[in-house]
Amino acid sequence: MTAYLIRGASILGEGVADVLVQDGRVAAIGATASDDTSAVVVPGEGLVLLPGLVDLHTHLREPGREDAETIWSGTRAAALGGFTCVHAMANTNPVQDTAGVVEQVWRLGRDAGWADVRPVGAVTVGLAGTQLAELGTMAASAAAVRVFSDDGRCVHDPVVMRRALEYAKAFDGVIAQHAQEPALTATAQMHEGLVSAELGLAGWPAVAEEAIIARDVLLAEHVGSRLHVLHLSTAGSVEIVRWAKGRGIDVTAEATPHHLYLTDELVRGYDPVFKVNPPLRTAADVEAVRAGLADGTIDVVGTDHAPHPREDKDCEWAAAAFGMTGLETALSVVQAAMVETGRMTWADVARVMSFTPAVIGRVADQGRPVQVGEPANLTLVDPAVRRVVRPQDQATASLNTPFAGMELPGRVVATFLHGRPTVLDGALVERAGASS
Amino acid sequence: MSVPANTAASGGDPVEILGAGDMSRALTRIGHEILERNHGAEHLVLLGIPTRGVPLARRLAAGLARVEPGLDAGALVGDLDVTMYRDDLAHQPTRSVGATALPAGGLDGKVVVLVDDVLFSGRTIRAALDAISDLGRPRAVQLAVLVDRGHRQLPIRADFVGKNLPTSAGERVRVLLSETDGRDAVLLEGARR
Amino acid sequence: MKHLLSAGDLDRAQAVTILDTAAAMAATQERQIKKLPTLRGRTVVNLFFEDSTRTRISFETAAKRLSADVINFSAKGSSVSKGESLKDTAQTLQAMGADAVVIRHHASGAPHRLAHAGWTAGAVVNAGDGTHQHPTQALLDAYTLRRHLVGLRGGTDPVGHDLAGLHVAIVGDVLHSRVARSNVQLLHTLGARVTLVAPPTLVPVGVESWTADVSYHLDDVLDQGPDAVMMLRVQRERMGGGGFFPSPWEYTRGYGLDARRLARLPEHAIVMHPGPMNRGLEISADAADADRSVVVEQVANGVAVRMAVLYLVLAGQEQPTVDGQIGASA
Repeated sequence: MTAYLIRGASILGEGVADVLVQDGRVAAIGATASDDTSAVVVPGEGLVLLPGLVDLHTHLREPGREDAETIWSGTRAAALGGFTCVHAMANTNPVQDTAGVVEQVWRLGRDAGWADVRPVGAVTVGLAGTQLAELGTMAASAAAVRVFSDDGRCVHDPVVMRRALEYAKAFDGVIAQHAQEPALTATAQMHEGLVSAELGLAGWPAVAEEAIIARDVLLAEHVGSRLHVLHLSTAGSVEIVRWAKGRGIDVTAEATPHHLYLTDELVRGYDPVFKVNPPLRTAADVEAVRAGLADGTIDVVGTDHAPHPREDKDCEWAAAAFGMTGLETALSVVQAAMVETGRMTWADVARVMSFTPAVIGRVADQGRPVQVGEPANLTLVDPAVRRVVRPQDQATASLNTPFAGMELPGRVVATFLHGRPTVLDGALVERAGASS
Repeated sequence: MSVPANTAASGGDPVEILGAGDMSRALTRIGHEILERNHGAEHLVLLGIPTRGVPLARRLAAGLARVEPGLDAGALVGDLDVTMYRDDLAHQPTRSVGATALPAGGLDGKVVVLVDDVLFSGRTIRAALDAISDLGRPRAVQLAVLVDRGHRQLPIRADFVGKNLPTSAGERVRVLLSETDGRDAVLLEGARR
Repeated sequence: MKHLLSAGDLDRAQAVTILDTAAAMAATQERQIKKLPTLRGRTVVNLFFEDSTRTRISFETAAKRLSADVINFSAKGSSVSKGESLKDTAQTLQAMGADAVVIRHHASGAPHRLAHAGWTAGAVVNAGDGTHQHPTQALLDAYTLRRHLVGLRGGTDPVGHDLAGLHVAIVGDVLHSRVARSNVQLLHTLGARVTLVAPPTLVPVGVESWTADVSYHLDDVLDQGPDAVMMLRVQRERMGGGGFFPSPWEYTRGYGLDARRLARLPEHAIVMHPGPMNRGLEISADAADADRSVVVEQVANGVAVRMAVLYLVLAGQEQPTVDGQIGASA
């Protein structure tokens, strides 16, 4: 296996040192790294070296909606975005609610080879919210599922949620809740507030999210289980999670890049590229989510990468699908929202986009420190570049990025997956023999 | 057709073709010609075409009333907005629609004298004739203009002309009226001396 | 004016121009020959995804009075109901040479998408979208208010005037009403004061940013002596389980305009309703048929206002941008 010498990069934005990647591991750091003169040199001067990013929240759409994304195209997008591990959400067709389906997804990911694909198992059969799926069998399968979610739908029934939280303890699983009270959001189209009142779009009240989070943290406390809150989007949700952590409840929370950067004002043009679940909130909510991420109330950034075919967005607002792509812009958005605002360091970015997601997902060989002997899952970022997002240039099979036309900072220069480069010079490294 | 007052002269200083006195004499003469041609003011209706045809029609009517005792100038005169009958709407910025106000007796059986400031292509008068046919059936329609500058694009001629003014197509004729512009004058702009 | 998408896009001068143009159009409609050649050769498509015979007929009459060719495209029984998208429909109409598309759609923002997504080059006139906007309804309401309550009152149109100093109460289902949204914006732009009257469940969250007062008590507002009361249609399906109010009778007791409340209005005040009316629910027969009710006149004024709007979006040369462009913020 070819050795690579990443020369002169700043590790986690801190000390500058050469890093030798060999046989899938970090073989040497510092002066001894350049002893191997046969290594391919990857210039890293002025760049930041991060652990490979880990996404707990990716919709790869396969099986079922290969017109929007495949595991192949989605993991290529992940590699370009600096990710070495993605968690594939369960709302595929068929739903990832059996060992057979999660193993299929896991194998397709392994065969594609662009990023480690960790399937998320459905909490309930068919995401229907009534009967627990075979969580234990999925956990014991080759896919070794540890994260369970009905994402896209809320596990609404409090009894079902309680049972799921309890049951997952047997195999150290975590229930990742999509917090959305369905009755309060039956016809909801966007955040309920000043903008929805004016646009005449049915409102999605913040309380519909907050009420479920409040209930779930209390359930998690009651049964002593761990709970993960997906795409938390309101100031009230941040407050509730902060309170729960203060009580010692085993809860972790996620924010998406778009909820760190975009507001409901963007809906004014009725362009469905801004239609997402949970909806874009107000500037005050964005500020609260940023503050929550900075102070550790929110543990991770998850992309909620949700590709959709063009016809599902090229239509009137009410007819459009919810969701935005995010794998190829996530790191840039976090840099813009958190690093350039002085709220977080690159080491913090490594924490919320790599170390902690891997801990929550129980992924042993991802999200590891950049140290000798650790798996060489690495991402090399040029923070000085500014680029305009062009949907057509992305590797994801869908065009629905809300950042289209926006200038964002930072670019992933190289990504290493278990010692092998998936991205070099900002471009995918195609492999002979690999196919879609 | 009147040229907007705010249009800048395209070259050369404006030349005054008619002064206030000239204009007043021309209107008086036109008034007499109208009475002569129609054997008096009976059945006569003067319709001014906005913008400057409207005050001109009022002045003509007042002039007729001075000559013909017992004639009510107000009952004689009306406004005819032709905007919605123009054939050039799609080639111009949106024109605002003006008001049409007819004398109480309507147009049926009347002799209508259309009044405008400048006769140029004839298209405004074509529009006016269409508008009149939607409003009633006059016995006859005649045309009075302050200035005829030539360059007709349609087979239309004026019955009463204040001043025949040969122009080149690139020149502009501006009619100023005290009612709308603060003074009476006819200017030729863009003229080469 | 390239499109008319929202009453909020109109400034005072534009709104007054539309009302003045409507006055000129209305004058032509008193003649024996009502048809004008103005839009000869232009094609107006009435694209109706929602049933509304009244609005469609009003636009159709307006377009025909201006000699435009009119194509009525109803979603019912067409390819639209077979799943054809708004985009495909728009592109079909574009290929047929539609100069203007008058669109009624159940989805808020559909006209905005039609105008700005690049699906059609024609002018777009919003004839009501979801619970968002119904700008021509607000314009005809403003026109009716101006005729009755400004200047000489009831006689000639007070050309050039706005609605400064008037107080209008808009009563009923504000939450779901595109008529209310358009009227709040337009009447405010024209200088009138608006009070919204509704049970709290029928007022949207976020209403505090609107240019209107809100009251939950119709009788209190009537005591303020409004110059006009505009009753909104209340849909019976809004009641019942999880509904917005307990019963039609309770609604009528609190918010219905009946003979007793009618008598409390100032003598000059007028009663308006965008139609169709639910007699006995939001308005009693006494109020609907009272002398001061201008409901029928609103319908007639609708034709003049829509003639004015079609004239202003279609008659002029297409301007690249600048001040005439409406709804340009995408």
